Amino acid sequence: MGKPEVDPTKQDGMLSDGPDWTFSLLSQYEDEIDRVAKIYKLDTYPNQIEIITAEQMMDAYASIGMPINYSHWSFGKKFISTEQGYRRGQMGLAYEIVINSEPCISYLMEENTITMQALVIAHACYGHNSFFKGNYLFQTWTDASSIIDYLVFAKKFVSDCEEKHGVDEVEKIMDSCHALMNYGVDRYKRPSKISMVEEQARLADRAEYLQSQVNDLWRTLPQSNDIPEVKEVRFPTEPQENILYFIEKKAPLLEPWQRELVRIVRKVSQYFYPQKQTQVMNEGWACFWHYHILNHLYDEGKVSDSFIMEFLHSHTSVVAQPDYNSPYYSGINPYALGFAMFMDIKRMCTDPTPEDYEEMPDVAGKDWLETVHFAMKNFKDESFISQFLSPKLIRDFKFFAINDDMKQDYIEVSAIHNEQGYRLVREKLSAQYNLSNLEPNIQVYNVDVRGDRSLTLRYIPQNDIPLAKSQHQVMKHLHRLWGFDVKLEQENEDGTITTLARCPSEFDKK
Amino acid sequence: MAHFIDRRLNSKGKSTVNRQRFLRRYKNQIKRSVADAVGQRSVTDVETGENISIPTRDVFEPVFHTGKGGKREQVHPGNDQFASGDRIERPLGGEGGGASGDGDASDSGEGQDEFSFQISKDEYLDLLFEDLALPNLRKTQQKQMIQYETFRSGYQTDGVPSNLDIVRSLKGSVARRIALTSGKKREIKRLKMEIQAFLEDPHEHPIEIAALEKRIAELEGKVKRVPFIDSFDLRFKNYDKRAIPSSKAVMFCLMDVSGSMDQATKDIAKRFYILLYLFLTRNYKDVEVVYIRHHTQAKEVDEQEFFYSQETGGTIVSSALKLMLDIVQTRYDAAEWNVYAAQASDGDNWADDSPSCRQIMIDKILPLTRYYSYIEITQRQHQSLWREYETIASSFDNFAMKHIQSAEEIFPTFRELFKSQDTANEGQ
Repeated sequence: MGKPEVDPTKQDGMLSDGPDWTFSLLSQYEDEIDRVAKIYKLDTYPNQIEIITAEQMMDAYASIGMPINYSHWSFGKKFISTEQGYRRGQMGLAYEIVINSEPCISYLMEENTITMQALVIAHACYGHNSFFKGNYLFQTWTDASSIIDYLVFAKKFVSDCEEKHGVDEVEKIMDSCHALMNYGVDRYKRPSKISMVEEQARLADRAEYLQSQVNDLWRTLPQSNDIPEVKEVRFPTEPQENILYFIEKKAPLLEPWQRELVRIVRKVSQYFYPQKQTQVMNEGWACFWHYHILNHLYDEGKVSDSFIMEFLHSHTSVVAQPDYNSPYYSGINPYALGFAMFMDIKRMCTDPTPEDYEEMPDVAGKDWLETVHFAMKNFKDESFISQFLSPKLIRDFKFFAINDDMKQDYIEVSAIHNEQGYRLVREKLSAQYNLSNLEPNIQVYNVDVRGDRSLTLRYIPQNDIPLAKSQHQVMKHLHRLWGFDVKLEQENEDGTITTLARCPSEFDKK
Repeated sequence: MAHFIDRRLNSKGKSTVNRQRFLRRYKNQIKRSVADAVGQRSVTDVETGENISIPTRDVFEPVFHTGKGGKREQVHPGNDQFASGDRIERPLGGEGGGASGDGDASDSGEGQDEFSFQISKDEYLDLLFEDLALPNLRKTQQKQMIQYETFRSGYQTDGVPSNLDIVRSLKGSVARRIALTSGKKREIKRLKMEIQAFLEDPHEHPIEIAALEKRIAELEGKVKRVPFIDSFDLRFKNYDKRAIPSSKAVMFCLMDVSGSMDQATKDIAKRFYILLYLFLTRNYKDVEVVYIRHHTQAKEVDEQEFFYSQETGGTIVSSALKLMLDIVQTRYDAAEWNVYAAQASDGDNWADDSPSCRQIMIDKILPLTRYYSYIEITQRQHQSLWREYETIASSFDNFAMKHIQSAEEIFPTFRELFKSQDTANEGQ
């Protein structure tokens, strides 16, 4: 393992500040961080910390952060562009990647100094980890104990399919599924738990059963003579938001193995769904805790001055928020907003102002540790902001809201950080993190079961925002999966319906 | 308590599969980019990879997302001048701040950006020479077994001292000594025990002891006479030879540098030579390049002089052919070297010389070379050399000739010349 450790300051309880790390030093830091985390009641999955090289980090990036994943060209594309950016020095790599699994796997890069490693351990292994374990979205929607197993299963299944049916065939299906990946999640229904053993056992059953169901369309049993009265019945009776699920279960022409591929993409998508909705909270929570844990160690005299200086230097650059007119501005930095909000919650508890008592009566003056834990457990970005964004923070960030109506040739400042504006700014910022505002609302509306079996999707625009041109490409992918005609229509505000796209298009058909 | 795992030694090529998938999928676009890059390299520069860029719209993965238009609300930080109700001119390029869904739109393909990346040397060459094969290689492969490689094959009892395998020999020595002495040593031990028994006996047994001691001395003498090492123990490493196809190739670049060849024409020729060199290095371990330039006289020169020095005068092609023949005969034994030649010319030749060129080619050069390619770079009518060569081309299949008019035709021409037999057949 590492070099024998020389630690001149050991006697007075201070940990060596490196800058090089050794395994024994890492575990000393980890012990200390663990001890402090317990003081702050951070409840975590067991940690598995893996040291990797920069190149392995890029590998991990490419497979969406997972230690194992099925093969697909798009991951190769991701890898190539990451590698390219890294080589040219345009981007640094993240210091860590952490995986919502049990045990919670975190990757540390070997290039990091001991300070950075300690920062990462506090941030990922205790911050993110406790968030994964505590937040209600993760608890309800993901299954940390089985995700790695499931990906092992998925990888094996995909590569078996490639062997059996050819890489191209598999790739076609995967491409199409990826195009619809965002529409492969259940938003309101808790998905059943996944586990590799069960998955494999049920695989054959499910394939057989499904095929028998779907082939109903071609059933050769003689039909009864009395033809029932034809009614205009929509199928599905209610619009379905999970397009991939609908395809997996109902697409008439898919082979069983293709259905399974659809399912795999859907499951992976579902697994990442909570992460999309808790970016601000998750990062804010992790920053909040690495900040507190390491400062706590410093106060105890466990870490040196140079350690804490180096730590503060990285910390402040991570949580910096450039202004709207800065060349570095690229939207609101989730680290900055999240960290500031958790710090502000603590401030409101420990040092409340009259304004806080008025605006945030549930928070002001309460026990801070309990309040931050409560906030972490029971909210997602959208609700977290609408619940906890205080006027003071709006002033600190100098938030202002812009109303951009394409019908006008100007944009209008609708609210700023003043008395009249707080509520509006908070509301709008919260809406900005509402996924259903970010992703177009498209649902499976109808299948023409008695006619040409065409599938109709319906887009319900919000605020008159149209779909981008890529819809035509996506419809081609949908057509590949469905096998018959597919249509995309838009329900306008006045209730009229316009057809946006169809595949194959009318011109192709003749 | 956390569990630390050192993964640094694990394989790092986890994404190699995905990368290969990507290259495979975009092969056509990448190939186009590779073909463009060929022109900008030196003949012997095969050490580097290549920068590839393909249009982003080709690699774009479509998803449903919102487009421009409609009403949007955005919150931005850092207000320094606005009050609510202020109206601002819409910033160019979409909404203010660029933090909105609009940024997505250009990411995902509507922009004109290129997706660029690097491929390694091997990937570059693979793509460049995919579907190409060395002409006539298969047919002559049997005759090609002319180089020998020595390799170890077991041990023998005889050989030169330098091949002596000491460990093996000493093992034999130890074994032999054990085999020859252990019985005697056991006997000696037994006799000694007997003596001991006699000595411990209350009665005296001088006679028996003396007899036993004599016997022991006899046996010890025998043990001593077993030699430490015997010629019988010696083992020598044995070597055998096996034939391997020659991995050496020499490439002759012949070029007309008479007054009629201008720099542009030479550049076209140079690119052709680059391709040929790259191609040969794919297939042979050592590739040597011989540059021969000629006007009325031929001369062997280095690369710099070959491409860039200016000469004037008439043109006698046979002079270069003769020089090439000389060099092959003196330096590149055809039994050992794979000889390739590429001749570039603008077609000018002294009319009387062309028939003799044909004669030299048919009698001497073509039997010695694996492949001889002739490219004529000209905008004009073909002259006598082309016609003479045409008669060769019809009767020799290791001779190929092509006409190039401009730089863009080089790569297609090259591909055509070296198209693998299989693909050529499929094409027909």
